[in-house]
Amino acid sequence: MQSFISLLPFFPLIGFLINGLGFRKIPKGLVGPIGIGAALLAFIGTVVAYNELQANGGQPIIISLFDWITVGSLNIPFAFQIDQLSILMLFVITGVGTLIHVYSMGYMSHDEGYGKFFAFLNLFLFSMLLLVMGNNYIVMFVGWEGVGLCSYLLIGFWNKNFNYGNAARKAFIMNRVGDLGFLIGIFLVIQNFGSVVYGDVFQKAASLEVGNSAVVAITFFFFIGAMGKSAQIPLYTWLPDAMAGPTPVSALIHAATMVTSGIYMIVRSNVLYTLAPGTLEFIAWIGVATALLAASIGMFQNDIKKVLAYSTVSQLGYMFIGLGVMAYTSGFFHVITHAFFKALLFLGAGSVIHAMSDEQDIRKMGGLWGKIKITAITFLIGTIAISGIPPFAGFFSKDEILAHTFAHNKLMWALALVGSFMTAFYMFRLFFVTFTGSFRGTHEQEHHVHESPASMTLPLIVLAALSVVGGFLGFPEVMHLPHTLNDFLSPIYEGSRTVNPEFGKLHIDHSTEWLLMGVSVAVAVVAILLARSKFAGGKNVPVADDEIMGFQQVVYNKYFVDEIYNKLFVNPIKQASVFFEKVLEPKGFDALVNGVGAGVVLISERVRRVQDGKITAYVFAMAIGIIIILGVNFGYDIIELLKRITTASK
Amino acid sequence: MLMLLLLLLPLIGGIALFLLKGISSSLAKNITLGVSLLTFLGGLLVYRQYQATPSLEIKYGWIPSLAINFHLGLDGISLLLVLLTTFLVPLIVLSTFRQTYANASVFYALILLTEVALIGVFTAKDIFLFYFFFEAALVPVYFLAAVWGGKNAASVTFKMFVYTIFGSLFLLVAIIYLYMQGQTANIQELAVTAKALPTTTQGLLFWAFLVAFAIKMPILPFHSWQPAAYSESPTPATMLLSGLLSKMGVYGLIRILLPLAPLGVSTYATFTMAFSIAGLIYGSVLAIQQNNIKRLIAYSSFAHVGLMAAGILTGNLSGLQGALIQMIAHAVNAVGLFFIVKIIYDRTGTRDLAALGGITQKTPALSIYFMVILLGSVALPLTNGFVGEFLLLKGIYDYNAWLGAIAGLTIILGAVYMLRLMQRSMFGESNEVTAKFEDVKGSEVAVLLPITLIVLAMGIFPNFFLQLTEPAAQTILDLIK
Repeated sequence: MQSFISLLPFFPLIGFLINGLGFRKIPKGLVGPIGIGAALLAFIGTVVAYNELQANGGQPIIISLFDWITVGSLNIPFAFQIDQLSILMLFVITGVGTLIHVYSMGYMSHDEGYGKFFAFLNLFLFSMLLLVMGNNYIVMFVGWEGVGLCSYLLIGFWNKNFNYGNAARKAFIMNRVGDLGFLIGIFLVIQNFGSVVYGDVFQKAASLEVGNSAVVAITFFFFIGAMGKSAQIPLYTWLPDAMAGPTPVSALIHAATMVTSGIYMIVRSNVLYTLAPGTLEFIAWIGVATALLAASIGMFQNDIKKVLAYSTVSQLGYMFIGLGVMAYTSGFFHVITHAFFKALLFLGAGSVIHAMSDEQDIRKMGGLWGKIKITAITFLIGTIAISGIPPFAGFFSKDEILAHTFAHNKLMWALALVGSFMTAFYMFRLFFVTFTGSFRGTHEQEHHVHESPASMTLPLIVLAALSVVGGFLGFPEVMHLPHTLNDFLSPIYEGSRTVNPEFGKLHIDHSTEWLLMGVSVAVAVVAILLARSKFAGGKNVPVADDEIMGFQQVVYNKYFVDEIYNKLFVNPIKQASVFFEKVLEPKGFDALVNGVGAGVVLISERVRRVQDGKITAYVFAMAIGIIIILGVNFGYDIIELLKRITTASK
Repeated sequence: MLMLLLLLLPLIGGIALFLLKGISSSLAKNITLGVSLLTFLGGLLVYRQYQATPSLEIKYGWIPSLAINFHLGLDGISLLLVLLTTFLVPLIVLSTFRQTYANASVFYALILLTEVALIGVFTAKDIFLFYFFFEAALVPVYFLAAVWGGKNAASVTFKMFVYTIFGSLFLLVAIIYLYMQGQTANIQELAVTAKALPTTTQGLLFWAFLVAFAIKMPILPFHSWQPAAYSESPTPATMLLSGLLSKMGVYGLIRILLPLAPLGVSTYATFTMAFSIAGLIYGSVLAIQQNNIKRLIAYSSFAHVGLMAAGILTGNLSGLQGALIQMIAHAVNAVGLFFIVKIIYDRTGTRDLAALGGITQKTPALSIYFMVILLGSVALPLTNGFVGEFLLLKGIYDYNAWLGAIAGLTIILGAVYMLRLMQRSMFGESNEVTAKFEDVKGSEVAVLLPITLIVLAMGIFPNFFLQLTEPAAQTILDLIK
């Protein structure tokens, strides 16, 4: 069975090769089934791997393919590790991935790049599977950069459009900034542990003291990597722009899977992070800041995908708050539930855009509730789930994060609560403006509005169901129901428990826990009611761009962060490039060389009275001379002569 | 003996082509391709021989009274570079198949003679022989560039020639000095001599060697000949220069500088690394706003060799092995990229990014080749560039964390200019210049396909290359300890 598990990532790779190399040659009817089949096989492989893991008594399964890079004593194997953490990621990736492949068959059916699209989606799955299946940091890095490439290719999928190309480039480059941090972290791991294999590193780390400075540095640099991939301050601005890609891409890569890689990386390295409370505190605050900043921007966006994009950034912030307060499982729990409801919301948005003939501005929608019923209902389910209303999925994971945050730091908890107020508000604003009131589009659009085909609505229904029940993976302790996720993931925290005996214990009493739950639900309900009173039934429609005033304008323009980055980094580098080319090269380095040449000429003229002054020709002749002399075996005399001179001078 | 054949085949081919001056261009092409392919076959046979007996040597008296010998030998490092040379020359020849050059037989003769000199440099065990080939390699390339180059080629390449010869004079002086100290011209034996020299002397030797090799590569501040020379030369000459001749400089650092001035290296390495890394950043920034694609890739080459130099000077195994695999990777990628530039230029008549765009819509095949080679040069994992850059950056980081972190900026800046190149040339709307762009076929595929496959193969199975060079690299490091 192990050989079948080792094939797992290669199913999508083969799908990529077939659809990629056969682009425009393979009949369209086959393209979708090949792409979906590859994803489905990976899903089946995951089920097999799960059974194998259970049969193995929960002990990690290591599958070595070959030695990849060996230098001296450092050996980097190309090897996989199946354990509780990777198997959960595998389920999310291949499960949601397969659904989105199915959805794409409908959504992309009229696109001329249909085959290319499926090829890239498969390539993404391959990379993402490597990322979570690797048994060492380098294989993780392979997947890490691989998903970055796929993200680049898919954001720029419609690369005829120059702005889309820019968005793709921005994503890749900003991720590379993070990747440099990741890479430095890896170098430090090698220096300190002599290996990059998880098993070796974590075993050695488990004997270190909390606060070990090398580990603090490693965790900090790893987190820089996570900031890039998981769109945290200051490396988040690429994600909203990434919405240039086709909507299934936004759902799969920029909501459900790739952007959660940073969380995966930290949970994977939990021993190291438990050893570095300073880094954790930093992570938690970055998470809070990102959650609030992105949520505040989300409240004023009018592009349906932009709202969801900022929402994703904000929700990722919540996951990092969870990690930062050492509630790794809670953060990871939110990864899972978020994958369900955010994929659902994006695919729902895609269905809306599809129905609206590619319109994305919610000010030009309205009243869609009755016209596209399945989309509307499933979208509502997703909206409720993200807002944290029990018993939908988002409630459980978010509540768990908030409870741990409360135990850690009350101020942090209060701020996180403000964020969840904003979340419920902007999501219901989005829902009411889009689906209620009267239709505000053109006649042509109105005539054209239709529910999407089954290939699109089926994934919506499945994801909606998961968004309802997904939270049952982890009930709060006070409910006296099992926390399946906690129990399942427990083995991966072995090291964390060793270095910190207090790990995994939540110190709040039951009445407080009930109270916290009540407060967060109340906050969400108030936000929803507020959104309803303002936007339901088309009472208010967000104003046109030029009527946005004052501070709102600042928020609407995303606090001008992109502009600031341009001023601080992009423009200076461009100017430097031009300056180097126009000034420093000709007037600096080249002039230096010419100056030396001229100087030599001058000196030689004075000293040796060389008349023609062409030192260059002189040297040229000399060089040819040397070659000939050496070549034709006359070197003897010269060398003998030099020899005599030096012996004489001694 | 087989090793000698590697020199003789292209030498005889080259001389024959010189003599057959009047033959048609296509005949000259085919002869050259045949000879260079045979030489590649010879390279593979040598590899097989090497596997059986890992120390191949041939030695004839050259100037016996002075103990200067025609002494060739192969260790893993030499072998890898010989394989690289013999692999790339046929591709460079193939890259000219859709074009007709005036005086074709002379043109191709010069390519083959360059190959002779390169193989000589990479196999010489006698320091004078090394010097001879090191200088000789430049002559045919100089004529290729000056005679068949662009309108400024003559003056630009003359500058290159003088500049590099200038550097070589230092090399010559240092060699003669060492020779007289050691009374031997054998590089390995000279290492023993050099080790015993006082620090100041070794310091002087270090600078003499460094200047010669730094100009050839080139690294900051000795680079000013390079962008113009690369962009003015005809593409085959540019490929030879960037792919292979620049590697002579890198090779010199490994084979000559490290063992023959060890104390100089430990004294001045940090300072020199700072310069080469500064060059890496400088070259990358220069490439960012560059619109002439040939120049853009020239700057990128300049940046890449800076990283290799820094890696070698770390004197640790990771840096050295990284430099070695990156030499191969960069050579292959540079040839591929310059060829794509040529394809674009041949079809559109321009190398200006501002005038291009939308090519990808017409060219699925070219797009794939371009993308893979480009990913190789931005060091994406599972391509050849990653292994080299990873090991180089690790080596430099181990040597000095600050230098390592700054050198690491290459992974960001490289992506900036390379993706810009991709976007402005291949993506976007097509225009009247690019609307009728024809996809690659025939001989073009024959060049791009092997390169693309090597980019991936080296990225997926780098250990084949790393294991080939590790014993030799370790030997050199042991010498300087």
